[in-house]
Amino acid sequence: MTRFAASFAKPHPALVAFITAGDGDTAANLDALVAGGADVIELGMPFTDPMADGPAIQAANLRSLAKGTTTADIFAIASAFRQRHPETPLVLMGYANPMTIRGSDWFAAECAKAGVDGVICVDIPSEEDAELGPSLRAAGVDLIRLATPTTDPARLPAVLDGAGGFLYYVSVAGITGQQQAAQASIDEAVARLKAATDLPVAVGFGVRTPEQAAPIAKVADGVVVGSAFIDIIAQHGDAAAPYVETFTRSLADAIHGAKEIAA
Amino acid sequence: MTDLPNSLRSGPDERGHFGQFGGRYVAETLMPLILDLERHYRAAQADPAFKAEFDYLLKHYVGRPSPLWFAERLTEHLGGAKIYLKREDLNHTGAHKINNCIGQILLAKRMGKTKIIAETGAGQHGVATATVAALFGLPCTIFMGAVDVARQQPNVFRMKLLGAEVVAVESGAKTLKDAMNEALRHWVANVHDTFYIIGTVAGPHPYPELVRDFQSVIGDEAREQILEAEGRLPDMLIAPVGGGSNAIGLFHPFLDDADVEIVGVEAAGEGLDKKHAASLAGGRPGILHGNKTYLLQDEDGQITEAHSISAGLDYPGIGPEHSWLHEIGRVRYEPVTDDEALASFQKLTKLEGIIPALESAHAIAAAERIAPTLGKDKIIIVNCSGRGDKDIFTVADALGVEL
Repeated sequence: MTRFAASFAKPHPALVAFITAGDGDTAANLDALVAGGADVIELGMPFTDPMADGPAIQAANLRSLAKGTTTADIFAIASAFRQRHPETPLVLMGYANPMTIRGSDWFAAECAKAGVDGVICVDIPSEEDAELGPSLRAAGVDLIRLATPTTDPARLPAVLDGAGGFLYYVSVAGITGQQQAAQASIDEAVARLKAATDLPVAVGFGVRTPEQAAPIAKVADGVVVGSAFIDIIAQHGDAAAPYVETFTRSLADAIHGAKEIAA
Repeated sequence: MTDLPNSLRSGPDERGHFGQFGGRYVAETLMPLILDLERHYRAAQADPAFKAEFDYLLKHYVGRPSPLWFAERLTEHLGGAKIYLKREDLNHTGAHKINNCIGQILLAKRMGKTKIIAETGAGQHGVATATVAALFGLPCTIFMGAVDVARQQPNVFRMKLLGAEVVAVESGAKTLKDAMNEALRHWVANVHDTFYIIGTVAGPHPYPELVRDFQSVIGDEAREQILEAEGRLPDMLIAPVGGGSNAIGLFHPFLDDADVEIVGVEAAGEGLDKKHAASLAGGRPGILHGNKTYLLQDEDGQITEAHSISAGLDYPGIGPEHSWLHEIGRVRYEPVTDDEALASFQKLTKLEGIIPALESAHAIAAAERIAPTLGKDKIIIVNCSGRGDKDIFTVADALGVEL
C-alpha cells in the first residue's frame, strides 16, 4: 500500500498541511506538523513568480529565496524528512519552471530518490501533461491534479486521466489564503467529484481555522490548510515550531473528529 | 491564416505550440476560460462583421493606415541602404498597442464580459487599454508595478483621466512581470465577468496568436506601401522586441518571403554581461506567464530581473513565436544597449524631426549599424513602434538634464 493509500485509509479524514520550504526552520516545522497530527504534508517549492498565491504565501516564497534556498536544498529537506518520518506522505507543490528546468526526468528521479510521494504543479494543466506527467508516473511518483469550481463536467475526465495520490479540490476560483467558499458549494462539488473518481478528495483554499475545517471534513477525505501555517511562521520565524504544533493539533482534532460528530 | 504546409505563417498548432514554445501553462481555474476564449476567437475569425468593425475602428478611430515614411536625411547620413519608417507612432495613443486593444475589446464584447483588466509596464498598454475601455464604456482596472507607477506618473494620470483604476503592485520587484502576476491573480478570482487584455504576444494560447493577428495590420500595410513606393519588397525588416507584439506584427506577413531578411532587436541594457533584458541572447527556455519561451533565469529556474532604459522592453521573457523564429533561424535577433538607443533617440529626432519611443530607438540603432554595410540599392523598413514624448523625462535624466 502506498503512503497516500495508507493515510487516506485511516478511520478519519486527513489534515493536509502546507508550508513553504526554506521559510523558517523547515525541518523543525515539518516535525511539528507530524507531531501535531498532520496526515499528509505539502512542501512548497519557492518560486519568484507565484501567480496562484495570495500575499501570505507570496511573502513566504520571497523570504525563502532571499535566504538562498535552492532546489538542492529542498530535496535535502525532503530526504531528511523521509529518514525521520517513514510513514507520512510528502508532496512537493510549486510551479512548472523550477520543476522542469533540468528536465522532467531529472526532477522525477530526484523526487523518487528523496522519498517524495506526489507532486502538485500549479501551472501544468492536463493539456500540458507531457511536460511532467509521464516522467513522474514512470518514476512511481503520483501527479496530484487540481479540480476547481470552473472545472466543468466535460473537462473532468481529462483532469482525472493520469491523476494519482488524491484529487485536490480548489474550492474557490481565486488565489490561496483569501475568502472561503460557501459550504453548500463544497458539499455539492465533493459529491460530484467523488462520483467521478476513486481517488480521495481533499479540499483547500481559504481554510484557516478548525471551525472552517470541521464542516468540510464531514464531506471530504481531507482538508488542506496552508496560509494559516505560513502566517504563524512569518510571525515567529525560526522559533515557530511549538506554535505550529499547537495549531496543527487544533486542526487535526477538528478534522479527525468531524465525521464522529456527524454520526 | 494560411494552411499551406510549407508556410512559416501557419502556427501555432491546435494546442498553441510554435515548435516547442507557447502552450497553455495556466492554473486549472483559468483553463476552461482559455478554451472558451479560443472558441470565441475562432468564431470571430469566421465572422465578416467582426473584421468589418475592427477595420472601421482602425481606420476612423486609430487613424490607420499609418504612413511609411522614407527617412531621406537618415539614409543620407548613414550612406547605405534606404531606410523607411513604419509610423506606428502616429496612431491614436501614440504606439502600436492600440491595434491589439481594439481587437481584444471587440472579443470581450462578443463574449459578454463586462469588466476589463490589463497589465502595463511603462503605461503605454495601460493607456491604450483604458482608451478602448472608455470608448466602449466598460470599467477597467490596470495593474502596474509600484516602481513603474512612481516613474511613469504622466501615464498613470492619463489612465485615471480615461476612467481606469490603477492598482500599484507591491509584490516582487514591483515592475512589469509582477504586474502581470497580479493581473493573473485578479483574473483567476473574477473569471466569470472579466476579460484580460494582454498587451503583448505572450501568455497562454490563444493570446500570442490573436495579438499577432491584430498587430499584423502593421506588416500588411507596410507590404502594400513599399510595393507602391518602390515596386518591390524590402531587403530587410527591423523592429524592437520586448514581448514582441510590434515586431511580430511587422514580420508575420513577410515570413514566407525568403528574400526579406528579418532582424529583431533585443534590449541589451547596460550590456549582455551586466543588467539587460535580452531573453534570447542571455536566457534559455522555460515556463512563465502561461507559455514556454526563452526567459532570463538562474540554474534553478528562478526568474531574474530584467533591465532596460526602455520600460516597454523591461521584461524577462519574449513571445513564444519569437523563440521559435529564433531557433529555426528565420529571424536574427541582435542586442542594442541603453547607450546606443539613447544616441539613436537623439539622432532620429534631429535628422527627421521624429521623436521615437525608446523602444523604437533600439531598432533605429540596429539600422544605423546595418544600413552602412548594405548598398544604396537596398531597402530597410524599420518599425517606429511608438512616439517618444513619454520618454523625455527618462532621456533628460540619462543626459543629466534637469527639467
